[in-house]
Amino acid sequence: MRIVPLLVSATVTAGLVFTLNIQLKLGGTKAPRLGYFLSPQHGFWKNAEKVNTNFDATILANDLKGDVDVYMDDRLVPHIYADNDEDAYYVQGYLHAKYRLWQMDFQTRVAAGRLSEIAGADKLSIDRFFRRLGMVYGAEQTEAYINENNPVMKATVDAYTAGVNAYLKQLAPEDLPFEYKLMNFEPESWSPKKTYLFLMFMSYDLTGRSASADLQLTNTRDYLGYDLFDQLYTNQQDSLDPIIPIGTAYADPSIVPVKPLESDMVYLKKAPNVDIAKVVETPEAPDPNNGSNNWAVGGSMTKSGKPILASDPHLGLNLPSLWYEVQITTPTHSTYGASFPGSPAVIIGFNDSLAWGVTNAGRDVLDYYELKFKDTTQNEYWYNGAWKSMTKRVEVIKVKDSSDVIENIAMSHWGPVMFDAFYQNPQSNGKNLAVKWTAHNASTGVETFYQLNRAKNIEDYSKAIQLWKCPGQNFVVATKTGDIAIKQQGDFVARWDRQGDFIMPGGDSSYDWQGIIPFEENPMILNPARGFVSSANQKSTDASYPYYLGTASSFPLYRGISVNQQLAGKTQITAQDMQALQTNNYNVFAQQARPALMKFVEMNKLSTEAQRMVGTMAQWNLFNDPSEKGITIFKLIWDSVENAVWGDELAGSTIPLTKPESFVLLEQMNRDTNFRVADDIRTKDKIESLKDQVLLGIEKATVKCLELEKENKLSWEAFKATRVLHLTKMPALSRLNLPIGGGVNIINATGENHGPSWRMIVHLTDEIEAYGLYPGGQSGNPGSPYYDSFVDYWAAGKYYRLLFLPKENLKQHERTKWHIQFKKAVA
Amino acid sequence: MKFILSILLVALVTYAIGIYGNLPWWSFVVTNLIIAIALPIKPLHSFIAGALGVGALWAGLAFGIDLANNHILSTKVAQILPLGGSYIALILVTAFVGALLGGLASLTGSFVRKPE
Repeated sequence: MRIVPLLVSATVTAGLVFTLNIQLKLGGTKAPRLGYFLSPQHGFWKNAEKVNTNFDATILANDLKGDVDVYMDDRLVPHIYADNDEDAYYVQGYLHAKYRLWQMDFQTRVAAGRLSEIAGADKLSIDRFFRRLGMVYGAEQTEAYINENNPVMKATVDAYTAGVNAYLKQLAPEDLPFEYKLMNFEPESWSPKKTYLFLMFMSYDLTGRSASADLQLTNTRDYLGYDLFDQLYTNQQDSLDPIIPIGTAYADPSIVPVKPLESDMVYLKKAPNVDIAKVVETPEAPDPNNGSNNWAVGGSMTKSGKPILASDPHLGLNLPSLWYEVQITTPTHSTYGASFPGSPAVIIGFNDSLAWGVTNAGRDVLDYYELKFKDTTQNEYWYNGAWKSMTKRVEVIKVKDSSDVIENIAMSHWGPVMFDAFYQNPQSNGKNLAVKWTAHNASTGVETFYQLNRAKNIEDYSKAIQLWKCPGQNFVVATKTGDIAIKQQGDFVARWDRQGDFIMPGGDSSYDWQGIIPFEENPMILNPARGFVSSANQKSTDASYPYYLGTASSFPLYRGISVNQQLAGKTQITAQDMQALQTNNYNVFAQQARPALMKFVEMNKLSTEAQRMVGTMAQWNLFNDPSEKGITIFKLIWDSVENAVWGDELAGSTIPLTKPESFVLLEQMNRDTNFRVADDIRTKDKIESLKDQVLLGIEKATVKCLELEKENKLSWEAFKATRVLHLTKMPALSRLNLPIGGGVNIINATGENHGPSWRMIVHLTDEIEAYGLYPGGQSGNPGSPYYDSFVDYWAAGKYYRLLFLPKENLKQHERTKWHIQFKKAVA
Repeated sequence: MKFILSILLVALVTYAIGIYGNLPWWSFVVTNLIIAIALPIKPLHSFIAGALGVGALWAGLAFGIDLANNHILSTKVAQILPLGGSYIALILVTAFVGALLGGLASLTGSFVRKPE
């Protein structure tokens, strides 16, 4: 034995094993153990799926009541045929896990404020934000309620959970999804609470904007004073085309919310108040463009005489996609559509009798109440003239490579105290704020979809959506028997004018919510005379509706106008026409804004290059098509003019304030040529007119346009550079620079990383004719050809014909490729 | 002869133990060590045998997997690591890591007993 070389060699070998076995920080959440990651029998190579994989399988399961057959079509969409409902949800859970495990696990950990467990202390502020917002609290309320009161939903979610866990149990370590290996963590077993956490996350995504908007509006009002604020952030929208047609009569309200005495002074603060203090860290805010389109045209407008329904939810565009297509067929029902990995049932889809879709209602269901604590223990707060005691909710945040962080969340009667001495952000401005949010209340939201999957007619639809609380949605429906309807449903607060737009005083019960608007009084239309129903996140009603809807900034105006213009008076409509409409790029905002802007352009005062840019813009055909340059120039000029007009008013604030909505300037231009706010208040010797500001805006935009032109990025597709991002935002796992048009205010609402996340068209003929796709693929594995297989087709505005057939027909269909059999294991 | 046998044995045993996903990815370090003790050859030869055995196995496995996958995943990983998106570079890096560790393990074993 040669001792010295042996020791040296052994040390080097052990050192290398050690080095290759610790996490290699590659930036962000990527931190694989390199040796493990590269090992062809353990690491990422195991996730490189054969392109011609045969997905046939036989799976033995103890928990099943009977056998289940799953046929996979050529797009890897499973068609589940089960003898009973619970088995169907068991298999749905199993398949969600098989194809989307990492995503389900990761998203629910984010929702639960557990990102630090995986990614370390860097993510602590995000975790604290979600904990203090009451995400875990809300999920617990729902879980407790369902366990006690709703045996059918409990059985459904339990069966789904068992399916996910059955997959996990047989999952070999080397077959862990790719991202676990890259980020170096392990899956954990599923539970019903995770399903409810996922649904809480959807509530946050669709109603959580108020969590920052209410603070921003408060700060903006405090900075500008109420009168100027009310002018720039007006709730009046002259060109509104609401979901319920103008002129529809509404019944008298059953709740008449009473505005507290002195609220003009105490709450609206109609006296200017310029006192903005310190700035700290920033919260996550949901995308303001989270919205959607949906519509249904009745038989009087279609070629076949049968209704056609269209639905396309606009959300963040991610890989793996939020959606997973599935058909579920049992003796009780047969349904097809987009499901959420993480939840049982179909969320947007159709069944044998009808089709349904949703858009976001945009109503404000989250408010802040400012509290005064007795002392730093935060055990008591001032309420109605006395000290009221509070309990503490203790949440433990585990942090990777560090000690646990304990959140002591004070629980007021309003709700959790989100901001206090221990947690502030740039907008909360040192205040103690409790948050009251309808998502905190127990909800049986899953049951709405469970019932819609089985609904036969308008009455069933109505019963199903009556259960829906949060996030408020516009539920559209069309039936084979020819009915079409839309109803805005959710728990909506009966508000007095501007109640909850700003932080409210938390010491006074008269600022509390005075009731939830009864189901019957939520806006609805059934089979209207105009032959169609539609929604695109605009205000649901005109001003004659007896309840306050919320700030105008929550309700985009122009997509709704566009949809209604395109549908009005049409006949002989086909499913292909509806595809063309869903992917329509016409810019109705520019149609109104370009002439309004041109009125103020003095061409002779512009530079030659600016004249050329304005010329291109004036020639533009008003379609946001991928190759158009006019839209890029228009957008840059409009934004630049807005900055010139509003920038001076907002410039002095140390807290970031929100810009007024685009409609405000446009409607101002149409209304009044002597617009007082146009003046740049920073120039004392001169009063700028709108003409001056337009001139300035165009010249500034021209500089940017010329830069883009040089880089060959003036075309809309190059400028917008639409991308579908992997949930970790890693470019290598994302699809970048997609050739697609559309944008904000466009029916094809495709922005940079946001847009139609599932497009569906359902023609309610005797044998349903349905089309759909989402910008992703059925497999969540970046090493699978099915990871992003729909993306190019989606970008091109094409559709797949959806297979919705009885078992015997589907089995023999030419597009059916594989068969997965679930067999009840014999004990 | 023992040299050739060592290479084959290293590759075979590394593959066999790799099938058990519950064992750590570096289990072949232990088996290489045992093989080098059981079949003593000169240190340099032992290093080469260990390196070739594991390196060739890893290269072969990675190459085969990559081919059947049309380079879908390797191209992505080669951007993350970063290797300029080259799947060839990624296969070479994979083989190199296996070879280096396999060689060192076998080298260590060769110092335990003198070759006969």
